[in-house]
Amino acid sequence: MKLNSILATDCGSTTTKAILIQRIDGEFRLTHRGEAPTTVEAPFEDVTRGVLNAVMEIEELASKKILNGNKILSPQKDNEGVDIFISTSSAGGGLQMMVAGVVKSMSGESAERAALGAGSIVMDVMASNDGRLGHEKIKRIRDLRPDMILLSGGIDGGTISHVVELAEVLSAANPQPRLGQSYKLPVIYAGNKKARNQIKKALGDKVDLDIVDNIRPVLEQENLEPSRDKIHDLFMEHVMQQAPGYKKLMTWTDAPIMPTPGAVGFLIEMIAEKENISVVGVDIGGATTDIFSVFQKKFNRTVSANLGMSYSICNVLAEAGLDNVLKWVPFDIDRQELTNRIGNKMIRPTTVPQSLEELFIEQAIAREALRLSFKQHKEFAVGLKGVQKKRTISDAFDQSSSGESLVNMMDLDLLVGSGGVLSHAPRREQSAKMLIDSFMPEGITQLAVDSIFMMPQLGVLANIDKKDISDEARNAALEVFHKDCLIRLGTCITPIGKVKDNSIVLKASIIFPNGEKVLKEIKKNELIRIEAKFEPLDAELTPHKSMDIGAGKGETIKTKIFGGVVGLIFDGRERPITLPSNKEKRLSLLKGWSDALNEYPKKS
Amino acid sequence: MAHSYTPGLKVLKSSIIDKNRRLPIKGEVRKKVGDSVSPDDIVAKTNLPGNVQIIKVASQLNIGPADILEALKVSEGEQIKKGQLLAQTGGLFGLFKSEIFSPIDGTIESISDVTGQIIMREAPIPVEIDAYTSGIVRDIIPEEGVIIETKAAFIQGIFGIGGEARGILEIIVQDRNDEITPEMLNSSQKGKVIVGGGFIGLEAFKKAISLNISGIVIGGFNYYDLKEILGYNLGVAITGSEDINTSLIVTEGYGHIKMSRGTFSLLKENENNFCSINGATQIRAGVIRPEIVIPVKEDSLKSVKESKIGKGIVIGSLVRVIRAPFFGLMGKVTELPSKLQKMESETLVRVAKINVDDQDIIIPRSNLEMVETD
Repeated sequence: MKLNSILATDCGSTTTKAILIQRIDGEFRLTHRGEAPTTVEAPFEDVTRGVLNAVMEIEELASKKILNGNKILSPQKDNEGVDIFISTSSAGGGLQMMVAGVVKSMSGESAERAALGAGSIVMDVMASNDGRLGHEKIKRIRDLRPDMILLSGGIDGGTISHVVELAEVLSAANPQPRLGQSYKLPVIYAGNKKARNQIKKALGDKVDLDIVDNIRPVLEQENLEPSRDKIHDLFMEHVMQQAPGYKKLMTWTDAPIMPTPGAVGFLIEMIAEKENISVVGVDIGGATTDIFSVFQKKFNRTVSANLGMSYSICNVLAEAGLDNVLKWVPFDIDRQELTNRIGNKMIRPTTVPQSLEELFIEQAIAREALRLSFKQHKEFAVGLKGVQKKRTISDAFDQSSSGESLVNMMDLDLLVGSGGVLSHAPRREQSAKMLIDSFMPEGITQLAVDSIFMMPQLGVLANIDKKDISDEARNAALEVFHKDCLIRLGTCITPIGKVKDNSIVLKASIIFPNGEKVLKEIKKNELIRIEAKFEPLDAELTPHKSMDIGAGKGETIKTKIFGGVVGLIFDGRERPITLPSNKEKRLSLLKGWSDALNEYPKKS
Repeated sequence: MAHSYTPGLKVLKSSIIDKNRRLPIKGEVRKKVGDSVSPDDIVAKTNLPGNVQIIKVASQLNIGPADILEALKVSEGEQIKKGQLLAQTGGLFGLFKSEIFSPIDGTIESISDVTGQIIMREAPIPVEIDAYTSGIVRDIIPEEGVIIETKAAFIQGIFGIGGEARGILEIIVQDRNDEITPEMLNSSQKGKVIVGGGFIGLEAFKKAISLNISGIVIGGFNYYDLKEILGYNLGVAITGSEDINTSLIVTEGYGHIKMSRGTFSLLKENENNFCSINGATQIRAGVIRPEIVIPVKEDSLKSVKESKIGKGIVIGSLVRVIRAPFFGLMGKVTELPSKLQKMESETLVRVAKINVDDQDIIIPRSNLEMVETD
């Protein structure tokens, strides 16, 4: 089958977003988008209502008939209908899981990685060594009411008593699923093979037990795929069946509905692999912030469940501390007034900043939400713990140990931001600056934002496994990702090291395609922007002898770099970025950096 | 065009309200359709499974897990008493026996010869649900609870803390902008629901708690002060289970904000009437707002069934601005331009023109809230 049109929806907890991708002059392009409030909750209690509303908006904008009453016309005939329809979902709180492992930092962490990778929110990680007593664990399981539990523990052939003990605790808790009282809670066992019979016996018929290959068959190996696949299957079979209207929606789609973050993760993993690059992707939402990364070909995802820009905005304030938020606010504001304004955003989460001051505050909070989420991600995205490493003499001088973070900012090639505060910032310079201030990239890093957050839909499109269309669907996803989804902001160039104030940290020579040559010297603590389009530019970058731009201290790099809608940003600020405690000095520094990027309008 | 629903806070003079009174797990419903109920009547009850105790018999007796069956003096399903002998080793020549006694009254739920542990469950914990407000049982949710229908004045707040409470409504301010100060509170207000104007400070709210005032209804409160009351920073607006004597219902938001005219005058009309309040708030999908339910006695009042699906903002709608810099202003929508407009922040948004005290102002539509009145 030849694909000509693809309709994809993402049913979020508040908004259902639909996109229409069409083949135009031989290439796939995003042509239209529509959105409508999600209708999972009362009074509608039927997700398809919101889907139809969002599609109706597309019909109107595209002047194309897609629906026949309450049905999607498929395949496309004479410009009516679409060839395939796919969807992701995070409505109704998404997929909420609890995971368990024998050792928290080993099988517990592997189980958490599998669950997160599949797109779920991990409500708790239970482990034999987590310090909680049996009855405390039981109470916790009962209180949480997850959608699904992933139980792991023990290497194949190892001792079984610990993992069986976890199963007994689970059995005693007799956990009830979150949605509906009429079905048994799905539990996946992905632990020591030898314990399978005892696990079956311990859990009895209290839960719906599925057994997959061990997540950690030997200490040195993590085997996440079987668990991730099973989570996706169960998400469709059990959880989605209970959510209002999903039974109907599932009959409409040409591929299984994926949890939204699972689809985004799949896409990022695919891009990193195809282009052989290290990527960090972030989606900052109202309630949660998801971070995805691929370093050393290893994919990791974390969800900071309570760091977001509206529902959990006060949690950002609580976790970051008022001083850390206040330091980014570029005007003088009373502390009490600031907390009240942030509190009011929490209780009226759908409001938008009308005044510049309100925008300043929102973007200050965003910096801290992103910084904290990335901190959590770095702590989680680590190599396997508990692994014995063979060491040579030269390794003996290297202090690295198992469980070291995989995230190395100097190796990062592409940083992609999405979510309202980044994708819809009034100026792209603001998005670029928020990303730099919070992620603090090092060396040479390309920056981009997802224009309308269509990564979920593209992720599920790339994941279609129907034989006759899977290749074309994957190509369509990639084409749209590069041409319509990503807005290239430019490249951030940051030398790393310690030098005295006023030192020149970097000398840069940039040659544009038209032959024009630009020379710049960047001082410590200075931000400089050069306007440049998204095209390859020849760059020669020479850092101060005590600083590194990627090739070692004082080593020059000759490379191709790319501009974007913001351009090239030379960042002479030390890592981590620090601000003076003196208010006047802080405000003056913030203003200087902001002006360098033309970040905000001048107040009349 | 897709129809977008802009919910606002309800301020209804007389409405038919349905109250869902449901058990956390299945149990027994104690009322039938048509029964008339008062707030304290128990409408359903159940038993939550008792707490669990785990005893690691094998490790305590220093024997292998498989050997515990021999050492145990109890079997699965058996009722046990606190202090009862659970397990005992043979000892050495009948001496030096190791023993384990039950720490609770309960039942042996499971015995495992793989892990060497036994799981015991304490007696069930009874849970009862009351009617919360007076009314008639309109429907039964089999084994779970009832739906009570009541004719009442109904007011929603924006945010609250503390759970369900009830009492006589007393207004202690002259104006809807007035602050409740500590000296305005006294012991005669114990068990009552006190209504103020635009603000209550930390000191006054603490005094209300100490006086066992049932609830405070107020326009504004400082976010900063919540930590002092709760003992922790409130990160997300999901409340209702706080252990405080005095439930707080904030009608407008954080800061000193004049209570809306409609809310204040409706409360004033109902002064000295009995009301039920609930501070529980959930600002997520499936939003729950704090509420004040005041059953209406007069039959003469026209009552309408509470509308489940509100309409969007249209020209003529009464709206309230819910974000700075015009926070709290109320006006009528005079124009709804379809083109996006640039705000001072340069944000491009759909706007509404609203008329406030004969002056037109432009506000992003998402910063407006419908004022739903009847």
